[in-house]
Amino acid sequence: MRRKLTPYLLALPGWAWLALFFVVPLAGMISLSLTSGNVITGFTQTFNVGNYVEAITTYSEQLVRSLLYGLGATLICVAIGYPAAYWIAFHGGKHKSTYLLLILLPFFVSFVLRTISWKFTLSDNGVVLGTLKTIGLLPADFSVLNTAPAVVLGLAYNFLPFMVLPIYAVLERMDHRVVEAAHDLYASKLQAFLRVVLPISLPGVFAGGLMTFIPTTADYVNASVLGGPGNTMIGSIIKTQYLVNNDYPIAAAITFVLMAVLLIGIFSYARALGTERVMEVQAK
Amino acid sequence: MRTNTLLRGMTQARYGRRDMLKLSAMAAAGLGLSACGVSGQKQEAVAADDFWQGKKETGSLRFANWPLYIDSKRTQLKQFTKETGIKVDYREDVQDIAAFAGKLQPQLANGDSTGYDMFVLTNGIELARFLALGYLAPLDHGRMPNFTDNVGDAYRNNSYDPGNKHTAPYASGITGIAYNPKYVDREITSIADLWDPKFKGKVGMMSDPQEIANFGLLLNGVNPAESTESDWQAAAEKLKQQRDDGIVRSYYAQDFVQPLTNGDVWLSMAWSGDIYQQNAEAGTDLKFVVPEEGATIWTDVMCVPTTSEAPVDALKLIDFLYRPEIAAGLTEYITYITPVPEAQEVLREQAQQASGGKREDLERLVESPLVFPAEEDYARLHNYVALEPGQEKSFTSKFHAVTQA
Repeated sequence: MRRKLTPYLLALPGWAWLALFFVVPLAGMISLSLTSGNVITGFTQTFNVGNYVEAITTYSEQLVRSLLYGLGATLICVAIGYPAAYWIAFHGGKHKSTYLLLILLPFFVSFVLRTISWKFTLSDNGVVLGTLKTIGLLPADFSVLNTAPAVVLGLAYNFLPFMVLPIYAVLERMDHRVVEAAHDLYASKLQAFLRVVLPISLPGVFAGGLMTFIPTTADYVNASVLGGPGNTMIGSIIKTQYLVNNDYPIAAAITFVLMAVLLIGIFSYARALGTERVMEVQAK
Repeated sequence: MRTNTLLRGMTQARYGRRDMLKLSAMAAAGLGLSACGVSGQKQEAVAADDFWQGKKETGSLRFANWPLYIDSKRTQLKQFTKETGIKVDYREDVQDIAAFAGKLQPQLANGDSTGYDMFVLTNGIELARFLALGYLAPLDHGRMPNFTDNVGDAYRNNSYDPGNKHTAPYASGITGIAYNPKYVDREITSIADLWDPKFKGKVGMMSDPQEIANFGLLLNGVNPAESTESDWQAAAEKLKQQRDDGIVRSYYAQDFVQPLTNGDVWLSMAWSGDIYQQNAEAGTDLKFVVPEEGATIWTDVMCVPTTSEAPVDALKLIDFLYRPEIAAGLTEYITYITPVPEAQEVLREQAQQASGGKREDLERLVESPLVFPAEEDYARLHNYVALEPGQEKSFTSKFHAVTQA
């Protein structure tokens, strides 16, 4: 009897935590998203699906934009993070942990502060653009700050470690003899990478992708600090609806629309990468 | 073997009849939950006498204000503590009125302490909402002799809280246009200059709906105080056109000074005191103008939440700040408009007694129309659009559609 209960007892704190701080608030938010009214008279439950219609019709542009920015930032993170993780894992030698620390070092500075310092870096007459303009590599009216690229670059910069670490963890654990075996079977360096190393590291890329795509899509700091007119992301809209307008039902409805879109995206992504199978293989 | 069982036990779902029963019970609970909404967040209004009856001094108080709204040594607060023995825990927590008010709202609705015994809000939508919801304690003017004696008429006959029943002015400021003459080679005189295609991509606007609305309305020749819904729509269209023509670089919440100094924007909607401070501290030569179409005047007010744990102490501090010499000291640092006209005289005397650079600084301050506007200046300054209950959503959504595209 006791043995039968053990797994449940062990899982209990986790479940209780999830139930209390995730399931209950989530149920409350779903309920809230279907109410109507305003903050002064109160919100009454009317099962008002119109909130969802309003959320989708009014803010589809910002929603799509957020997904694109999130995707862009994630791709940049893979492009920069994969080689970095690969190099640290295979060529880092005894300084591996130092390199990892260097990747993590910016995290010791507050997120908002890091983003604001980008404003100075990207300023029209700042260190980067100012210098390039002086030596004539850029036209005088060229600017990056307050544009979409500034937002995407800021996002990629802020979330890069979330991509590097999972990829590194997988590559680090990899048995190097499989690469040697590939070479023994006359695989070129590129073939060995594409057909052996890359498939093994896919779960890391998958995890890194999730850990960058989800928070970057929902982020509102980068867009409000580095963006300009026409760069508003859905996170800012939710914040405004909740804190400024106190329009809780609409804010909740947008949140669930975003959540649904992200979940659909993630499931198709998992399908595409076939990661479930990869993970099963790993588990064995 | 055993670990495998354990793993399976933790990860695999095993549904039996009982589980289904449990699930349906949970679903029923969920439905029950969704059937109730969120009740109205209004608190019952209390009469001043009832509120203050039996309230006692506690010897300490917590005060939230905007950053840079008192010198870093907290000179005036130290003097207050020295005289009254009341300790002040001063926090620069008001960085964004909407976010600050939004954070306090649930606590105030529940009647819980917010962690502040008094705070500063601007006379905008959030203040109107807090007043309508009855979150702010009625002020006992019998305990505010300095307020009664020293506060200028313009601050008593205000539209947001006539008679100062619940709020007391801390400082006022003008929202006008600031420009950097390093990049702008002509004199800027009107709001229409912010629409000039010559400054494409170099114009800063404000993201706050009430701030940006006033500029759109004034450009259209509409007095914000008399504006109607159709005027708001027309103003929003005008602002959208400015954005779609690529003229606007960014919509700023409050951080327009740095881009102006760097040259990322050349001209921008701006608050008078911020420009005055930047010129005084960084030696920049930014210009500030009250455009010919008119500009906005706003007031930051101190208020005591009904859930304050030290309302008596808070009221004491509020009244203390209306002593002319205290108000003068505050003005010297914050360079916004003080509600105490007599402070100008105090500063003028101090200027005469001072010498050298200090004297020049004080004289410039005393003569500045940005800090001590003349009567005729006030005629060109407008309040924010006063919104009737229920108009808020229609108003803000029109202007958020401009700034949050």
